[in-house]
Amino acid sequence: MAKGKVQSGAFNPRDLARHPSPLTPSYRSSVLRAPAHARISFENSLSEITGPVFGQGLLGPADNDLTINYAQPGQSAIGERIIVHGRLLDEDARPVSSALLEFWQANAGGRYRHKNDGYVAPLDPNFGGCGRTVTAQDGSYSFRTIRPGPYPWPNGGNDWRPAHIHFSVFGDGFAQRLITQMYFQGDPHIQLCPIVQTIKDPDAIDQLTAQLDMDNTVPMDAIAYRFDIVLRGRRSTLFENRLEGN
Amino acid sequence: MTETGKLKESASQTAGPYVHIGCVPSFAGLTGMYGGRDPGAEMVTAEARGARIVVEGRVLDGEGAPVRDALIEIWQADAQGLYHSPAETRGAADPGFTGWGRQPSDAKTGQFRFETLKPGQVPWAGGQMQAPHISVWIVARGINLGLSTRIYFSDEAEANATDPLLQQIGDPARVATMIADKTAQGYSIEIRLQGENETVFLDV
Ligand SMILES: [Fe+2]
Repeated sequence: MAKGKVQSGAFNPRDLARHPSPLTPSYRSSVLRAPAHARISFENSLSEITGPVFGQGLLGPADNDLTINYAQPGQSAIGERIIVHGRLLDEDARPVSSALLEFWQANAGGRYRHKNDGYVAPLDPNFGGCGRTVTAQDGSYSFRTIRPGPYPWPNGGNDWRPAHIHFSVFGDGFAQRLITQMYFQGDPHIQLCPIVQTIKDPDAIDQLTAQLDMDNTVPMDAIAYRFDIVLRGRRSTLFENRLEGN
Repeated sequence: MTETGKLKESASQTAGPYVHIGCVPSFAGLTGMYGGRDPGAEMVTAEARGARIVVEGRVLDGEGAPVRDALIEIWQADAQGLYHSPAETRGAADPGFTGWGRQPSDAKTGQFRFETLKPGQVPWAGGQMQAPHISVWIVARGINLGLSTRIYFSDEAEANATDPLLQQIGDPARVATMIADKTAQGYSIEIRLQGENETVFLDV
C-alpha cells in the first residue's frame, strides 16, 4: 500500500464462529463474564472505521527487546533467546502498517511479574515481560524475548497453560482491535489447554501457533519463530478509489 | 465465513489476568517502562476545544460484583465531531486531543476513570447524524472476545431519540444500558456483562 493512501471502507462482518464463544464453562472465568444476549450487528459508521494510529516515534530503543528492556545494564533475562517476527495483514492480504503491537508474557520459569501471580517459580530480576513495536510499511514486525515457560493456573483442576505470548493488536480502525495469544509449534499443552480449546476450529488454533523459522535464526544467538497475524479486511475502499481518481 | 477475504481473521484469546503488564505496565508496577507513562492514560494532550469531562464507572459481572481486573479502552471524536485518525476524511481533528484512552479498572473498587472531552456529533453510514457517543472496548480474564459497546449521554435526550443505532436497538430498557448519567464532573455508567440489565454489546 502506497504511503498516504487511506483505507476507509466498512469492515467485513466478523466471522464469530472463528472466535471462541463468550460462554465456555471449561474455562471457568467465562461463566460470570459472558453476556447472554447476542451482539447487535449494525452498519459501520466512522466511529468503527476510524481508529488511533501510532507512529514509530512512540517507541523507545529497547521496547522491542524483552531480554534487556527491564534488565540491569550489561545483564539480560534468563531463558532461551528467541526472535518472534511476522507480518500484520488484513483478510485481503493487505499489509497493516504503523500498527501498534504490544506483548506480555511469563518469564522462562512460567512466572509473571504481577502482584496477582503467586506461582512458586521465581521472578527473574532482569525480566519485566512487557514489550511493544509498530509495524513497518509492509506490515512486518520483529522483537526479541526469551521463551516463556508453561505455568499452572487455577481453573478447578490440574490445568497448565502452554508456553505463550499475549498480543494486543491495533489495526487502522477501532473495530479491528484484537487481543490474542501466540503458541509455539510442537507444544503438547496446546491440545490440553481449556483456553486454547475455547477455539473450536483447529485451523484457527494452527494460525495462532508460531512456527520454528531456522532461516531467520541468528547463529550462536537466538532461535526465530514466525507468527503472522490477520485482522479484519474492509468491504469497500471507496475513499481510496476516489483519491486515485483525483 | 467472510466472502471477500483471502485470509481469515486471527482468533481472539482472552487478555487473561495479567493484561496490565503489557498494556498498562506502570499500573502493573513495572516502573520506568515506556518512560513511566502508560499508553492512552492522557487523552487531552494540549489546549483543546470543547468541554472537559470525566467519564467513570464500573464493569459488573453476572453476580453484580465489580470486575477488578478489566482493561477498558475508549475511542471518540473531538468536540467538533472529528476523529484523530488517517481514515477521517472530513477534516483535521483537534491536535490537542488523541481521541483514544485506555484505563484499567481499579484493583480494589473496580472503578475506571477517563479524563476526556465531550464528543461532537458524527454522521452515520447514510449521512444522518448520530447522537454524541464514545466507543468502548473491554477485555479481561474470562472475556474470550473483546466486548464492544457505546456510551451515550443522559443530557442528550433529543439527539439520543433520533440516533440510528439506538433506534435500531429499539427496546428502551436495552437502550438505557448504554446511557451514562450526569455527574458533577461529567458522566458515570455501569457496564453489566451479564444478568439483569445486561449492557448492549455490539458486533462492530
Ligand atoms: Fe498468560
